Amino acid sequence: MNWFIAFLKSSLGKKLIMSLTGLFLMIFLVVHLSGNFQLLLQDEGKNFNLYTKFMTTNPVIKAVSYLLYIFIFLHTIQGMVLWRQNRAARKNRYAVPVTKTSSFASRNMAYLGMIIFIFLVIHLWQFWFQMKIGGIGMITYDSHEPVNNLYEVVAYAFGQWWYVLFYVICMIFLGYHLMHGFQSAFQSLGINHKKYSPLIKGIGMIYSVVVPLGFAAIPIIVYLLR
Amino acid sequence: MKLTLKIWRQKNTNSHGKFENYQITADTHMSFLEMLDVLNQDLIEQGKDPVAFEHDCREGICGACGVVIDGRPHGVLKGTTTCQLHMRFFKDGDTITIEPWRASAFPVIKDLVVDRSAFDRIIQAGGYVSVNTGQAQDGNAIPIERDTAAKAFDAAACIGCGACVAACPNASAMLFVSAKVSHLFHLPQGKVEDESRVMSMVTQMDKEGFGNCSNVYACEAECPKEISVENIALMNRRFIKSSLTSNK
Repeated sequence: MNWFIAFLKSSLGKKLIMSLTGLFLMIFLVVHLSGNFQLLLQDEGKNFNLYTKFMTTNPVIKAVSYLLYIFIFLHTIQGMVLWRQNRAARKNRYAVPVTKTSSFASRNMAYLGMIIFIFLVIHLWQFWFQMKIGGIGMITYDSHEPVNNLYEVVAYAFGQWWYVLFYVICMIFLGYHLMHGFQSAFQSLGINHKKYSPLIKGIGMIYSVVVPLGFAAIPIIVYLLR
Repeated sequence: MKLTLKIWRQKNTNSHGKFENYQITADTHMSFLEMLDVLNQDLIEQGKDPVAFEHDCREGICGACGVVIDGRPHGVLKGTTTCQLHMRFFKDGDTITIEPWRASAFPVIKDLVVDRSAFDRIIQAGGYVSVNTGQAQDGNAIPIERDTAAKAFDAAACIGCGACVAACPNASAMLFVSAKVSHLFHLPQGKVEDESRVMSMVTQMDKEGFGNCSNVYACEAECPKEISVENIALMNRRFIKSSLTSNK
């Protein structure tokens, strides 16, 4: 097992972890977004609440969610380790900073990641943690057992203009993080090929605009229709 | 043309450096290093310490020269070393900031000269072919497809100047190491030791304290030999494969 740990601890091994966990998180974002669209159904949250019940009780999804927590943790910790090592590798900065030869997102991945992590902590505390500790009211549909009325909490949060603004700004940061992260994940895996790279870059660009835009659109629409 | 030079002066590795300003009259036909020669001649005549900078061939192939000019390793001109940059690319009255490569793995020896022996140790770790490859005619007798030979040659064009490390915000040496890995991997003589080579060179690179690659690609933009980051992808997959499947 020593060889495997040495492999993961090498600079390229660390990048592999960032890449694989990042790709998993990107798939998760699509699933999360498709669930969020149910907030727009104008059914007082019935579909959204029943979906929440399914997502928190189905054993397969529960198992995947534990994997998700581990991957978020790994991606964050590994990102911090890389950020610290990379700063140590250049202690003295140049007198003339250059921005022409690289993209804004690529230069600021760590900082964008930190902002997204802070957002995630607030986001999880506000919705996920409140549900875990039973801080959310229950509601009963069609004489089934009562379910968490998460919709009420979300709709309340999306009814505050400052919260919607905070959410939308965080999604812009997420977009930039994904813009570099998507194609970068493939490069770290060693996939850079003239047949596939233009496609990867194209899909990455579409993904990193469409997904954050989808997330940001929901609170805006909920706020406007409240 | 009259220029103001803002040059990093540092006595030795352990001392703190600082910028000093110099006024100079240069000619547009001078190369950047000739312009520094003129400055040093002035300083010597004034009894002052001349600015230390590295140079050897002055024709863009040795990799000895290299300073950061206005934030750009080897200056603003694409695919060019410092010695091949000419003063016609500057304007009369310009202030030019000249700094050494800045990386923890490349400590400053004096002024603009840095210690790049970390690169030598990476090469010593595996950047060679140690199997018997015969005489020159044996090499010519092995058929190699043109595109493959071109790929090997493009990677072999690396002069080991360290501009990739200087350009990278993480001071990562991935472009240099990957160029060496890719150059030897694409040739039948080098392929034999590919697995152990990529693993030992990456291990040595990590030991030297270079940063990690975050795919910023400033290295590719600044490389005087325009080495492609495709080589980094190749090294990534060679390293992953070798680490997971080789017997070492």
